Amino acid sequence: MEKSNNSGRVKGQKSAVKGVLISLMLLYLTLFLLVPLIFIFVKAFEQGTAVYFAAITDSDALSAIKLTLLVVIITVPLNTVFGIAAAWCITKFQFRGKQLLLSLIELPFAISPVIAGLIFILFFSPRGALGSLLMDWGIKIIFSVPGIIIVTMFVTLPFIARELIPIMQTQGKAEEEAAISLGASGWKMFMLVTLPTIKWGLLYGMILCSARAIGEFGAVSVVSGRIRGMTNTMPLHVEILYNEYQFSAAFAVASLMSLLALVTLSIKSFIEYKTEKQQVGE
Amino acid sequence: MKKKKNVLPGFGLSMGITTLYLSLFILIPLSMIFIESSKLGWVDFWKVVTSERVVHAYKISFITAFAAALFNGVFGLLIAWVLVRYSFPGKRLIDGLIDLPFALPTAVAGIALTTLYAKDGWIGQWFSAIGIKISFTPIGITLALMFIGLPFVVRMVQPVLEGLEREVEEAASSLGATKGQIFRKIIFPEVLPALLAGFSLAFARGLGEYGSVVFIAGNMPMKTEIAPLMIMTKLEQFDYAGATAIAVVMLVVSFICLIFINFLQKWSQKHVLQEE
Amino acid sequence: MSIEIRDVTKHYGSFQALKNINLTISKGELVALLGPSGSGKTTLLRMIAGLESVEEGSISFDGKDLSTVHVNQRDVGFVFQHYALFKHMTVFDNVAFGLNIRKKSLRPSKQEIEKKVHELLELVKLSGFAHRYPSQLSGGQRQRVALARALAVEPKMLLLDEPFGALDAKVRKELRRWLRKLHNEMHITSVFVTHDQEEALDVADRIVIMNKGKIEQVGTPSEVYDKPVSPFVYDFLGNVNLFHGRLQQGKLNLGSAQLDAPDYIDKDETDAVGYVRPHHLTVERVRQSKDEIAAKITFMHSIGPTWHIEMRREDIDAYVEVELSKEEFMQLDLKVGEIVYVSPKEMKVFIPEDFII
Repeated sequence: MEKSNNSGRVKGQKSAVKGVLISLMLLYLTLFLLVPLIFIFVKAFEQGTAVYFAAITDSDALSAIKLTLLVVIITVPLNTVFGIAAAWCITKFQFRGKQLLLSLIELPFAISPVIAGLIFILFFSPRGALGSLLMDWGIKIIFSVPGIIIVTMFVTLPFIARELIPIMQTQGKAEEEAAISLGASGWKMFMLVTLPTIKWGLLYGMILCSARAIGEFGAVSVVSGRIRGMTNTMPLHVEILYNEYQFSAAFAVASLMSLLALVTLSIKSFIEYKTEKQQVGE
Repeated sequence: MKKKKNVLPGFGLSMGITTLYLSLFILIPLSMIFIESSKLGWVDFWKVVTSERVVHAYKISFITAFAAALFNGVFGLLIAWVLVRYSFPGKRLIDGLIDLPFALPTAVAGIALTTLYAKDGWIGQWFSAIGIKISFTPIGITLALMFIGLPFVVRMVQPVLEGLEREVEEAASSLGATKGQIFRKIIFPEVLPALLAGFSLAFARGLGEYGSVVFIAGNMPMKTEIAPLMIMTKLEQFDYAGATAIAVVMLVVSFICLIFINFLQKWSQKHVLQEE
Repeated sequence: MSIEIRDVTKHYGSFQALKNINLTISKGELVALLGPSGSGKTTLLRMIAGLESVEEGSISFDGKDLSTVHVNQRDVGFVFQHYALFKHMTVFDNVAFGLNIRKKSLRPSKQEIEKKVHELLELVKLSGFAHRYPSQLSGGQRQRVALARALAVEPKMLLLDEPFGALDAKVRKELRRWLRKLHNEMHITSVFVTHDQEEALDVADRIVIMNKGKIEQVGTPSEVYDKPVSPFVYDFLGNVNLFHGRLQQGKLNLGSAQLDAPDYIDKDETDAVGYVRPHHLTVERVRQSKDEIAAKITFMHSIGPTWHIEMRREDIDAYVEVELSKEEFMQLDLKVGEIVYVSPKEMKVFIPEDFII
């Protein structure tokens, strides 16, 4: 009898708590995420569209964009091959040292980007055996484009493998075994059975990998040498402009990258929506 | 269950690619850092890592990363809770927006936050009116790290909250537990491992973060210099050995974090398995 | 195609999954591998299919050793426990998969594949479902798609892993009958794994009962049910009452009663256990001889035409289960709490040393 009396009050209390919590969250997210995001675009257009377009069509900006794209084009496919290979052997087979392998894959996440850069500076340093050999051959890695690519590969290495491993783990082996028992070759099994089931996760991983490859700052900053028009990626270009007090130009290039980030998030949401639908379908 | 011989093809190939790639990109380069630091000798190593400026940088990194992770722990739990338990218009959008710090280049976040929270910035002016300076102080560093670390706790806690069986709460409620008791005694213990794991991830990320912090920190020696910046400074002076020594200390701390996270995950898995 | 399994042993690390298995399956037979979980039945099936490697012993088809032949060359149709349908393909594409992936020279024409798939879908009664996805089908329908997919490559042998395990009781029974019918029409050598004794007894020509990696008994359903060769088979197939006692001059002495054990006339003073099926016990309201066991009725219930009566023995703390036909039950007019006298019509005695290793 007490319950029925109370239920109205409890309900009121509940919705009050709900209201407070939701408002708190919205306040926090507005201050931290939304305002900075909007701010970037406001700042970018502060001095009008002419300045904006001048900033992003400037030759240094264009070469930074080109270099960034080159990094993505090389990094993402290689990390995709690695990610698929790693996920395949880890999820479909049993072997010793699997846990160690998993930890190694995750390692770049735990290492500061600056240290990642440092690692490769040391690795290719002319004082080392490899560095001096490369120097004799006239190949420059550090403070040049190959260094930027290698260090980006290091930093983005876990993304795809880490998306695929849980998917392939829950998928199990039965579908692949069924394909094999029906006479499929390894390649056909992979193309017709494995790939279609992992495609969304794979795409998601590739997108995260690209986003990070585009935006990586610390590690690239260490190995780039920051030579304008030569070894500047977009984030480094933003830094230079910012330090030269060209704020509008800095934010203009930043807004391009923010746009890419928003595209990344939308694709991510779309993929989540897709896979959710798939799961509901089952 | 199964041992090596498996009808599925490609073990040799995939294992080969994986180990080759990991060796080339992680194992061999990483070992360089330990080789390099051993060249330094114990005395010199100790001198570098205990010099006043470096120690101060560690302290700043440690304290700001810890404070940011703590904030993210509280607000991350709150956000995850709201996203899982309540429905309201625009929820999908907000859920998508949570990952912005992962998608947005750190340098972009850095310049945006610095300008916003500077004393004449959109938000900073309100704080400076009451005498709080944010940009170019440790508060600013903490703020940048809060931005960077926000998704970690939310994304760790969210699936755990989603996976909680409502029946358990209903059972507790039918046994006379109040809402507060249910949260403290039923929900919180279930969420705790994920919360701690998210906290550790945010903390580890904060320790190593460079891009977003370097702008807002102001980089004043002994005041707002962070450890990754110290490495950068040493590198710019071509003091590789010094840079390596600082890096080794940071790596060790990161590994300890990683081991802790692993342990937490194992522990929570065991916890779940036992219940099944 | 006939299958001969010779001395097959399988280890997973230190765990021995199969111990020295010998089994011959003749052409056109429908054989059930029956056993509790962990008995090795699925491992054996997967080894026949080539999904697990044979490390010791050999498996040959029609006298040809297949240990080294890869699963995709074996001509076996395998139906997976959870069907393993390709979720992203329609029913049609699932069934056509095995034909579509063949090399150009061996692949039937598009029209032939289409014809074949439609024939198979008709056979499994899913004609209208060709363009559905697996997620839009019920469990029983998925099971039939899995079967059609396996049959599409015209395998010489059909292997089914717990084919009805995930289905509800009614669909299960229906599919069971249908599988039997299908087998009668196609006469393809078939082996299926099950842990459900009723399923095995109902469908199979022969049953292989497995336990802890070993074959306990092989025989027709009536052989294994009526003449179990081991206590395990007794226990596993149907209900059984155990009477612990000592063998004395061809009798099993329970203390209060002595039961005939003619097989053990030469054994003396040995602990032994008598196994009696519930329907092999007679019940009397009045004691007829001193070798009847007194028991008090604790519970009675009927399932269809049989009555199940649970009683507690008066001499020791043990329960006895008796099954009576409706007529017998009516005649006796039993009541809960009453003391009655039971004696076995048929009993098989095992000496523990024989089966405890």
